[in-house]
Amino acid sequence: MIGPPLAQDGFLRERGGDSCVADNGFCPQWIADNFDRYVDPFFEHVYLTVVPVAIGFLIALAMGLLAHRRRALIGPLNGFTTALYTIPSPAMLLLLLPVTGRGNTTALVALTAYTQVIIFRNVINGLSNVPAEMVDAAAGMGMTGRQRLFRVEVPLALPEILAGVRIAAATTVGLAAFAYLAGAGGLGAQIDAQITFKSNVVVAGGLATLLAAALDLGVLGVQRALTPWRRAAVG
Amino acid sequence: MGGPAHSSAETLTFRDATKHYPGSPTPAVDGLSLEVPAGEICVLVGPSGCGKTTAMRMVNRMIDITSGDILLGDRSVKDRKPAELRREIGYVIQQIGLFPHRTIADNVATVPKLLGWDKKRITSRVDELLELVGLAPHEMRSRFPAQLSGGQRQRVGVARALAVDPSVMLMDEPFGAIDPINRERLQNEFLRLQAELRKTIVFVTHDIDEAIKMGDRIAIMQEGGRLAQYAPPAELLMSPASEFVEDFVGADRALKRLALQRVRDIDLWTAPTCRVGDSTDEVRRRIADADIDIPLLVDEHGHPIGWLSERGLTGERVREELRSRAEPTVDLDDILRDALSDLLAADTLYGPVVDAQGRLAGVLSMQVISSALTITDPGNVPAPADLAS
Repeated sequence: MIGPPLAQDGFLRERGGDSCVADNGFCPQWIADNFDRYVDPFFEHVYLTVVPVAIGFLIALAMGLLAHRRRALIGPLNGFTTALYTIPSPAMLLLLLPVTGRGNTTALVALTAYTQVIIFRNVINGLSNVPAEMVDAAAGMGMTGRQRLFRVEVPLALPEILAGVRIAAATTVGLAAFAYLAGAGGLGAQIDAQITFKSNVVVAGGLATLLAAALDLGVLGVQRALTPWRRAAVG
Repeated sequence: MGGPAHSSAETLTFRDATKHYPGSPTPAVDGLSLEVPAGEICVLVGPSGCGKTTAMRMVNRMIDITSGDILLGDRSVKDRKPAELRREIGYVIQQIGLFPHRTIADNVATVPKLLGWDKKRITSRVDELLELVGLAPHEMRSRFPAQLSGGQRQRVGVARALAVDPSVMLMDEPFGAIDPINRERLQNEFLRLQAELRKTIVFVTHDIDEAIKMGDRIAIMQEGGRLAQYAPPAELLMSPASEFVEDFVGADRALKRLALQRVRDIDLWTAPTCRVGDSTDEVRRRIADADIDIPLLVDEHGHPIGWLSERGLTGERVREELRSRAEPTVDLDDILRDALSDLLAADTLYGPVVDAQGRLAGVLSMQVISSALTITDPGNVPAPADLAS
């Protein structure tokens, strides 16, 4: 670990003995001058969030659709994804290191694993909550099992499935802050680099929060665009 | 309305059709045999758990029969692929089951899309169907089900079931979720539609009054999935086959027959009519020939004005001296039950009957109604589909 900023000669020299930095305060001037050092970690963080959530969504959706048809699989898959989720993230990363090596791959595998429990459960619940009469009407009009699934059940489960994606995205933004332990970069590395320097932690943490909010709004936007019928009301 | 030539309805035959769920001591449907003639409505009615819905769902293989057979025309449903068979059979369920995520047009187009119709054909068919059920296509097409009233949703459900002009329709309590006032209207609308379309329909309800109103034939089922009686409504009411049927149709079964007939179907009394200025001698002669001895004053168009009092006949010419207004007036198209209710409400034993133009068509009296009820030939009773037109 690196010591407090006061002990870092480089820092003080760079800033010419700025008293705000020296007092470890919240320093807008320092932030403005040093913002470029956050740009790359930020985009690494975006990558470390979006890719696991996207891959995780596809895997969980596939598992969910399978388990929806073969309901005996729901219990075991629920147990498996929950077990994955309970592994502490530093432990998970360290366990994966011998398999996938240092770097992005390890982080992506771990982060993807963490999304499963949330998205899988929402897929299963969303599909189970489709009213029975919808499925009955669809079958009674001659839809095959597959047509029923993709034309009726999945569209009606979509709000709940995407709600899962939103939670998974927010969670992954947080967990991706540990990705640097596997050598994958991201805002976590930046936070850890000067963890006792307030301005640094505020900026890096703030960027992560902004990212989480932006992703949440993004998925919400997709959800609203895909489900115009939910806003339709009498009138 | 018009539209394409409707596909001819087919006869639907249950042949000893049985559904026995494994592990259940009694069958859900036990050896059901009945024939629904092409173009008629067969109502399956009975208490909960009598197997009526199971029997209906066996037709489109939503439930597969354990033994026996069901024939559509002369083809067994067992020889058909379920999905294919179901696309040929209209299906309306109690909750209507409109897809909330699809527009009204897309809902109605469900089966045409499954059959791969081209866009143009689908669009024109959807508009035609919406008009058929009394909805304005340009207003409704792009709405979602949540934007419709219960009655409108029900109409869309019927339009969707009719989309590919099926020869057979299955309806499971289609009016069950509608309030009583709208239910009555939708039932009448549906009967009018059916008088034109002449589909073979299996209609499930637990409501004997609805069964009597909608059915050309009624199959009363009882616990254990057994058929208690299968007969036209009038026959069912006049000669119930068992104590169970008698109980189920109710102690007021004779009164229920009042709902099966309209005023125009029975022999009304003639009234001695007169106009102001008629010769009183002539009027007295008419009274002698008529079924009722009180002269009825009418205007120049034949609209009844009121019953004439003795004083109106004291001179040489009829004067407008009324004993009472001509109230209530009964419509030729009223069902007897409503007409009787009008007479009772007005505390009178008879009332003039008028046609659609308001012209006098005869006189309805308590005596006329009671003799209509004692006619024992059910053959005289018209089918409900005719009543609605």
